[in-house]
Amino acid sequence: METPRREYPNRLQPFFENLVFERDDNTMVINFGPQHPSAHGQLRLILELQGEQIVKAVPDIGYLHRGMEKMAENMIYNEFLPTTDRMDYIAAASNNYGFALAVEKLLDIEAPRRAQIIRTMLLEINRIISHLFWLATHALDVGAMSVFLFCFREREFAMDLMEDYCGARLTHSAVRIGGVPLDLPEGWLESLATFINKLPKDIEDYEGLLDENRIWKMRLEDVGVISPEEAQSWGCSGPTLRGSGIPWDIRKEEPYELYDELDFDVPVTDTCDSYGRYKLYMQEMRESVKILKQLIPMYKESDPQLMAHAPQYISAPKEDIMTQNYSLMQHFVLVTQGMRPPVGEVYVATESPKGELGFYINSQGDPYPYRLKLRAPSFWHTSILQKLLVGHYIADVVTIIGNLNIVFGEIDR
Amino acid sequence: MRRYQEKDNVQNRAYYNDRFWVAPQIPKESVEDDKVFSEDLESLKSKFEIKEAYIQRGQMVVYIDARDNKAVLTHLRDKLSYNFLSEMSAIDWLAKSNEFEIFYQMLSTSKRKRLRVKCFIKENEAIESVEDIYKSANWAEREMYDMMGVKVNNHPYLKRILMPDDWQGHPLRKTYPLHGDEAAQWYEVDKIFGKDYREIIGPENRDAAYVNERDTKHFARIKHEVKFGEKPSKEPTDLMDYQEEGGVFLIKKLKKDESITLKERR
Repeated sequence: METPRREYPNRLQPFFENLVFERDDNTMVINFGPQHPSAHGQLRLILELQGEQIVKAVPDIGYLHRGMEKMAENMIYNEFLPTTDRMDYIAAASNNYGFALAVEKLLDIEAPRRAQIIRTMLLEINRIISHLFWLATHALDVGAMSVFLFCFREREFAMDLMEDYCGARLTHSAVRIGGVPLDLPEGWLESLATFINKLPKDIEDYEGLLDENRIWKMRLEDVGVISPEEAQSWGCSGPTLRGSGIPWDIRKEEPYELYDELDFDVPVTDTCDSYGRYKLYMQEMRESVKILKQLIPMYKESDPQLMAHAPQYISAPKEDIMTQNYSLMQHFVLVTQGMRPPVGEVYVATESPKGELGFYINSQGDPYPYRLKLRAPSFWHTSILQKLLVGHYIADVVTIIGNLNIVFGEIDR
Repeated sequence: MRRYQEKDNVQNRAYYNDRFWVAPQIPKESVEDDKVFSEDLESLKSKFEIKEAYIQRGQMVVYIDARDNKAVLTHLRDKLSYNFLSEMSAIDWLAKSNEFEIFYQMLSTSKRKRLRVKCFIKENEAIESVEDIYKSANWAEREMYDMMGVKVNNHPYLKRILMPDDWQGHPLRKTYPLHGDEAAQWYEVDKIFGKDYREIIGPENRDAAYVNERDTKHFARIKHEVKFGEKPSKEPTDLMDYQEEGGVFLIKKLKKDESITLKERR
């Protein structure tokens, strides 16, 4: 039977036309998203157009809101760690790490050296994964299909490394409060070495495809210009901030983990546009490779301890739990009740692939945080869209959204 | 008898507390220990009323009067080069003192210092917007309003940001339960079908961990799988050999012996 043509919109079947209406002043209001392949998640943009030019943009978010801050208030600290995976799911280990570091600051403990080395490795592999993913999707948005395929090939290699280490490909949970759960498996360092020897050549390939590509340059150059003042005022961070000529990398300026021992550069550009940021991302991947190369010999010299020794807060190694009564009792209490950090508050910022990832934790001495605020870089990079898009053409919207590297898991949290 | 639960804070609590246990405090260091911070504090003290100031875990915390918030932040940006507002939000202390604690997390890239400005407002009071000092406060204040119900004066577009516009209640308040209140249970039913359909559809189950053991249609019992919609059985099934009748998309029947496992990556 043929379905009758609907004459009137009703609550069950509303007419969601992309064109909303045409107004008297000759501007047109259109909806971009929330289900748009280039919206990088559930972003809805309400755009007011004068011809093809945008005169007003209103980003609308919240379609992926899961209430992580609320969940954190109802979970013990260790329980919340896997939830942080679901923030920036492109680089999950950097969220895990940000949270673990914040809690460690709260408890005033430090992870042992080998754990620090492994964590730094995971962070940098995650940075590469995230940047490759960014390049792949951004190039696809702009119309370069082959770059997408190349990037995903290399990303697969990096994901396999993560899988070999922790068993998960996307939601790693590979970091624990106080260290890491596992040592590197056999042969992992060799695979890593193969990967980081291969990657610089691949980056050259991408650059060969894109750097002087006429379409790529036309679509990226002088598009999405963020002035340094704007970048500061709107709270930009990470590559978006450094793309505006402000040399601020938390790894360098407020070093955490092993970054003060490692030799790497922070690429900065003052072109302020999308093309400059693209060059920056490519350079950052090379720096990550440089860092990983330095970490391999450091790992070999380190002691095998993986978790910090703080019996009040962190369970003893499995071997002790299985053999010693007191360790078992402590483990039982820590698992069933959770650790009780001291009363106080911390704000700890780390440099995630997307920018400044901050965790504000207010502890009242209970096993549950009293208040936990997640500062996700993409949230602030999305808010700048309302300023940035105005004056651009509709075709540039996709370029700008793609270029800002926003991930909706951490915007809506 | 039903277990008593406080009404003004319905968040999870530890089920056991040692009577004699006193929670340790993170030490609050004196501001004089740090040269940059003490200079900043002097500069602030000369102009504004500072209620308390200390350093905790390397960051200075300054308590100010809530009415000064705009002037203090302008001073911090223009005179003391705190050029970033990295984060701002509120903490719910309604149960304790009927107050919200509002914090502004600042960063100075030239001094490499982080500072937290804090102030208290009563529940029915409003705070002045700092959106014209730091644009990043625009969405942060909207989020604070959405999540906590803190009103912000002179904000250009104070509207809910994460929750739907017609949502009832403010989810991050301590009085708001994790799975949502009663209005949340009916929100989608009312929105999609209308209030008339409440009796037919029933309230939405918002507990993500909810499992109904008798319902085999929606909840399969692991190692005791039955066909879709059938009654539960005690007969164990071997999960590894379980296959859908008629196969699934693209695979008619999975033969384990004939499948190939790759030795190394291709």
